[in-house]
Amino acid sequence: MKIREINGPVVKVRDAQGVFMNEMVRVGNLGLIGEVIGINGDMATVQVYEETSMLRPGEPVKRTGKLLSVVLGPGLLNNIYDGIQRPLEELMRKTGSFISRGVDAFALDTTKYWEITILKQKGDVVSGGDVIAELQETQSLKHKIMVPPLLGKGKIIEIKPSGSYTVMETLAKVETENGIVEIKMYQEWPVRIPRPVKKRLEPSIPLITGQRVIDIFFPISKGGTAAIPGGFGTGKTITQHQLAKWADADVIVYIGCGERGNEMTEVLEEFPKLKDPRNNVPLMNRTVLIANTSNMPVSAREASIYTGITIAEYFRDMGYNVAVMADSTSRWAEALRELSGRLEEMPAEEGYPSYLASRIGQFYERAGISENLNGTTGSVTVIGAVSPPGGDFSEPVTQSTKRFVRCFWGLDKNLAYSRHYPSINWLTSYSEYTENLEEWFQKNIAEKWSNYRNEAMKLLAEDDRLQQIIKIVGEDVLPDDQKLTVIVSRIIKVGILQQNAFSDVDSFCPLEKQYNLLKIVIDTYYRAKKLVEKSIAISQILPSELVSKLLTMKEEISNLEDFEKVEAFLKEHFDKLDKTYA
Amino acid sequence: MALKEYIGVSEIRGPLIIMRNVKNVRYDEVVEIEQNNQKKIGKVILVNEDTAIIQVFEGTQGLALKEPKVRFLGKPLEINLSPDILGRVFDGLGRPIDDLGEIVSTKSMDINGSAINPAAREYPRNFIQTGVSAIDGMLTLIRGQKLPIFSGNGLPHNKLAVQVAKQAKLKSNEEFSVVFAAIGLKKDDANFVVKNFEESGAIKNMVVFLNLASDPVVERIATPRVALTAAEYLAFELGKHVLVILNDMTNYCEALRELSNYRGEIPGRKGFPGYLYSDLASIYERAGMIKGKDGSVTQIPVLTMPNDDITHPVPDLTGYITEGQIVLSRELNRKNIYPPIDVLPSLSRLMKDGIGKGYTRDDHPNVASQLFASYSHVIEIRSLAAIIGEEDLPDIDKLYLNFGRAFEEKFVNQAFDESRSLDQTLDIAWKLLSMLPETELTRVNKEYIEMYYKK
Ligand SMILES: Nc1ncnc2c1ncn2[C@@H]1O[C@H](COP(=O)(O)OP(=O)(O)OP(=O)(O)O)[C@@H](O)[C@H]1O
Ligand SMILES: [Mg+2]
Repeated sequence: MKIREINGPVVKVRDAQGVFMNEMVRVGNLGLIGEVIGINGDMATVQVYEETSMLRPGEPVKRTGKLLSVVLGPGLLNNIYDGIQRPLEELMRKTGSFISRGVDAFALDTTKYWEITILKQKGDVVSGGDVIAELQETQSLKHKIMVPPLLGKGKIIEIKPSGSYTVMETLAKVETENGIVEIKMYQEWPVRIPRPVKKRLEPSIPLITGQRVIDIFFPISKGGTAAIPGGFGTGKTITQHQLAKWADADVIVYIGCGERGNEMTEVLEEFPKLKDPRNNVPLMNRTVLIANTSNMPVSAREASIYTGITIAEYFRDMGYNVAVMADSTSRWAEALRELSGRLEEMPAEEGYPSYLASRIGQFYERAGISENLNGTTGSVTVIGAVSPPGGDFSEPVTQSTKRFVRCFWGLDKNLAYSRHYPSINWLTSYSEYTENLEEWFQKNIAEKWSNYRNEAMKLLAEDDRLQQIIKIVGEDVLPDDQKLTVIVSRIIKVGILQQNAFSDVDSFCPLEKQYNLLKIVIDTYYRAKKLVEKSIAISQILPSELVSKLLTMKEEISNLEDFEKVEAFLKEHFDKLDKTYA
Repeated sequence: MALKEYIGVSEIRGPLIIMRNVKNVRYDEVVEIEQNNQKKIGKVILVNEDTAIIQVFEGTQGLALKEPKVRFLGKPLEINLSPDILGRVFDGLGRPIDDLGEIVSTKSMDINGSAINPAAREYPRNFIQTGVSAIDGMLTLIRGQKLPIFSGNGLPHNKLAVQVAKQAKLKSNEEFSVVFAAIGLKKDDANFVVKNFEESGAIKNMVVFLNLASDPVVERIATPRVALTAAEYLAFELGKHVLVILNDMTNYCEALRELSNYRGEIPGRKGFPGYLYSDLASIYERAGMIKGKDGSVTQIPVLTMPNDDITHPVPDLTGYITEGQIVLSRELNRKNIYPPIDVLPSLSRLMKDGIGKGYTRDDHPNVASQLFASYSHVIEIRSLAAIIGEEDLPDIDKLYLNFGRAFEEKFVNQAFDESRSLDQTLDIAWKLLSMLPETELTRVNKEYIEMYYKK
């Protein structure tokens, strides 16, 4: 095969008989990595995952016979890859601080020895997904070596004893209908094909994020999907970072898709130092990073989200809860658009190809909680940032995403301008999981969880209506019961919804604390309301020191005892008023 | 490899020329086009087995079909570099125009650069004192950051860019080398900048690239890349801290739009090509610090928002790539506030990791956060006051209005040649905050209230 035409990342190739769709090829004298994305007679169209500068028509193109795939095995955690799973640390060792071309590196460390416990014996019958061995990949995760999903049934005819091996080692040989299959410590899987599961399950357990506006108001379930749309600087990345840090998942796959280099560096520097609140192990130990920053080739950006989600599915298959953050899916959609343009496809809305919505759908459909082939339960939660042009949510990517996700955390520019973070708008956001998860919260946290939540939501909605009036006539003229709504809503907004990601105390808020904050504020509201009905002055019912205490509780209280103190203080205050005005 | 030379071209379309029956041409290689002893430079933007499409940087004016000699150089567009580029002035393609002769180069580099490996980056944390209160106090610039100025026609962005470049210093008191790229700039504006640097003597630490409004439009595609290549050389080869000013990126984007048009590409929002985001990223991401290297590249791109519209594709996509933005306001400018920085839509994303304990002053993060919260409350009250009148406002709101005025006049406002230390900036901030009752300062830690409130 030979290059015929070069148009940016899109290269046309002649004499391409025999290639298949999505086959990986090596392009030009440098052997750049590419993928076949179109075939027409003996002509193939290839998208090249590296810069094509200085390529020339006539240079050779070589087949690999493989679909664009990722390598799955021990050593994924703690690692950082580009969009086509080249290990960036390794590339740096090979070629220095800047990414150069035509460099190849195996995704896993091939020299490292892993201490392996073999779980099967010669003669055992196994099938796809079965675990034959395990090893402690990092302090936080036991890695299971599984039979590749498509193997069918077979009998182990040879297996190594427990011991120390590198990933290149063949651990077992399995005799199947189609001959003998070697089982290595790693397997390969084509990124564009979802890994199979036995059965999909109903989402019913929350992914606990430690972010109040999410957990209380718009919760997401394990295996759920969420979108975070917002204009620039409204807090998408910080929210994603917060979830990557604090969500109670076993594995985090963080995909930096067409975003800033420094944001990846930040994770790389910060995560090894931060401890998981549940087991005190550095967060990096459960994290895989995919970094295809905005200045790296767009075609690899297109591939990056598939690379990421395939890795997530692999850990799910071991029975883990995995959360995938994709920042930003809009950049991925733009990569689709750019490539589509170079292919001279007929554009649909705003130049995006007509298959935009279906691709977005296929991506989010790979999320879910499921019974795996090996009988374990695992989940992939997908949380995608969306970056609408001009912050206008009516554009195609936001709209198509909305059709496929069940949580919508809409970021609001005006909240961000006034430094109300996270700037998730409590009126336009929603979670379709709220009902599914109610039972869990009531059982595990508090019977009255939903009551308090709903009361708070009601207040906020009423407050929104009042704010319209306040804008025109000022707050002073409102009747006292409405003033109360406004004051309590302000406490909810500032004292509960606002959560500073950089605060040592408040960056992560455990569910019990979330509940206590909510309970105290709403209980205060109930008691105050009774007094308002007796026409007692608001300033007496909620003096500014009391309000100020409620506003700063989140930062100043970290244990249950202190909550009890606040409750006692409030009780005394209200009891006294009740008595005075009995 | 022997150079390939052809005579005559097949077609001319705007700034593009099309050559048929050419062989062995490389994608992206540089082309020299010579006619009547005049040389132009172009690059190959599409090539197949017998056709090449070439984009001519100086435009195709005056070119005839039959006459030009077209030479393919077999390499990408490069510029010559050596430590002697400091103090020199070049055109938009990196050719000297200051009568001081050619650069005897020790190195030539591809103007497209290559992407910094994200694993090789070092996270920027070092505070740059610009001497401008609104920036240092609330929108802190960090070494290695890309922080654009979003301006509008007729607003003093040039003045501000010059002031920042002149006053910028690190805690260690190291000086910056400045790379200034004029992109489609009016002659007066460019002169203002250069003159100011000459007068302050800073010019010897400076490299200037000039593509003026009267210069070829397509050349603008190369100018920021040429400037950044020089900056990377100074930073990562010579270990200097470099401040790059790219002015005006709106002109760059318009040049890109024009070129895209000639290429017959499907236009996106407002006619800009769909790849504008990636293209801008290939410029803005060339900022930062690298592990194991001493130097750094800090970028201050300047752009004018058409119609002052922040949702226009140029500021919008820029904001999506850069690490914040400094937004200038026509209203403040009308009130004679200089620099007319509107802090609310402005943001510095890297300040969170570069201020406070161990970096600047301990109370800095709290003060910044409180100023934002209080000033944003001022804006709410102002719009209410506009309806019901200032007299009918509650007393606390009146206090806020006074605070708002003082904030603009004393904190934001300062002289073009006034460089305030961070201590001065924070002290002014505390004076202003002391105008408000203590209970209003919910974002400040008690210990700082005790130290600074009404002191
Ligand atoms: N929860 C939070 N707590 C404190 N500050 C926040 C929070 N969320 C956002 N911010 C502030 O907002 C800034 C911008 O946030 P972020 O970088 O996440 O925006 P973004 O939506 O990802 O923007 P872009 O689309 O340009 O990438 C941060 O640098 C930080 O200053
Ligand atoms: Mg972001």
